[in-house]
Amino acid sequence: MALQSLDIKARSATTTPSPSARETMEVAKLIDISKCIGCKACQVACMEWNDLRDEVGTNVGVYDNPPNLTAESWTVMRYSEVELEANKLEWLIRKDGCMHCADPGCLKACPAPGAIVQYSNGIVDFHQEHCIGCGYCITGCPFDIPRISKKDSKAYKCTLCSDRVAVGMEPACVKTCPTGAIVFGTKDDMIHHAEGRIIDLKSRGYANAGLYDPQGVGGTHVMYVLQHADKPEIYNNLPKNPTISPMVGLWKGITKPLTSFALGLLAVGTLFHYVIKGPNEVSKDIEKEFENES
Amino acid sequence: MQVTRRQFFKVCAGGLGASSMAMLGFSPNDALAEVREFKLARTTETRNTCPYCSVGCGVLIYNLGDKAKNVHGKVIHIEGDPDHPVNRGTLCPKGAALLDFVESPNRLKYPEYRAAGSKEWTRISWDDAFTRIAKLMKQDRDKNFIAKNKDGATVNRWISTGFLAASASSNETGYLTQKVARSLGLLAFDNQARV
Repeated sequence: MALQSLDIKARSATTTPSPSARETMEVAKLIDISKCIGCKACQVACMEWNDLRDEVGTNVGVYDNPPNLTAESWTVMRYSEVELEANKLEWLIRKDGCMHCADPGCLKACPAPGAIVQYSNGIVDFHQEHCIGCGYCITGCPFDIPRISKKDSKAYKCTLCSDRVAVGMEPACVKTCPTGAIVFGTKDDMIHHAEGRIIDLKSRGYANAGLYDPQGVGGTHVMYVLQHADKPEIYNNLPKNPTISPMVGLWKGITKPLTSFALGLLAVGTLFHYVIKGPNEVSKDIEKEFENES
Repeated sequence: MQVTRRQFFKVCAGGLGASSMAMLGFSPNDALAEVREFKLARTTETRNTCPYCSVGCGVLIYNLGDKAKNVHGKVIHIEGDPDHPVNRGTLCPKGAALLDFVESPNRLKYPEYRAAGSKEWTRISWDDAFTRIAKLMKQDRDKNFIAKNKDGATVNRWISTGFLAASASSNETGYLTQKVARSLGLLAFDNQARV
């Protein structure tokens, strides 16, 4: 029962079943928003480990920098200033990035075989060499995470450092976090850890403290401890009940088989046309006429 | 399932486009269970101390190659040292970015000298640098050293020069630095604890 199992549990646009005889441990990353000081060490460690150097942007007036996820910034800190009670300002800092859903909308939507895989440890990974750059993963994602690169038209997002986890290490962001706001382990252990944190937060007056592990996407392998779990939207629009867009079901369930069938019909029709009518040939007489004219 | 007329047309058009792309061979068949290779597998690991502030976090520096004679090593990755009691593997954003500090074109790698009034920095040897520093220190100390105060008590002060030392030193280095500075009579003595 290794943490680092990379057995494939599901892969995009593949109908044959994935190997499923072995049961492996599920991993999870827990982000405790109440402990985050917004230092962005996780952002830096992510860039460093994944050999990414995004363009140096400009100050947009708030601490968010870069202001949004990009193909070269797989995690960003989102800062929100909220005042739930008068004169009690709260600075809520959420580390945004892929949630590694148990039921990943990106993988469901992806038409390229093997471009998106889900390992049995719960990590959802993109394999860019198989990506066709259609952007369906963005439509499928309830958290608006994947980004298409302008350089190579491939989709990129957080891998939960699958290469590190594969050899038994923790993701780079988890390791670097100076306050211990990001922790990593088995999903069960992370839920247990969160329970302790929630008891602590409740004793400090956060009556609605809770764990964010949305069941609409089957639970996630990146979870948050929220001081105000009843209002996830105040954390820079964290969706309250994330679900996969109905567009994905429609495309997978109806349009894809239908259009594939139409395409096949077209090919068969072309073949029949060739067999019955044959190629369109120009007779030698007509060719001579044209030559004489010119 | 709520789908608007517009969404329906969109998904139909998109579906036709994408399945045509996939069938025309824009999607390779082989879906292998690979992840990115673990990039540190056969690198050389070296322990060191973060050069920034006085917290002195332990870092692990990963170098390409196995130190064989004909190999030119190159630092490819730096992360926190989990065995170091100060940081136990964690690093702040500056520490986490140490790789770019090593690679920075602005990094100072050798002593340089800029003559008074000149705009140019010229590279000098460590010997020249030490000699110059020692000479200037001696000159200034000879001129400004206060052996006794106005009451005649021995004070041995040299207050016209200050000494700035490294913050991320070992205890032993710190002890020696202290001895050197104080034995010269220096009072203004500090380290770059926050940079």
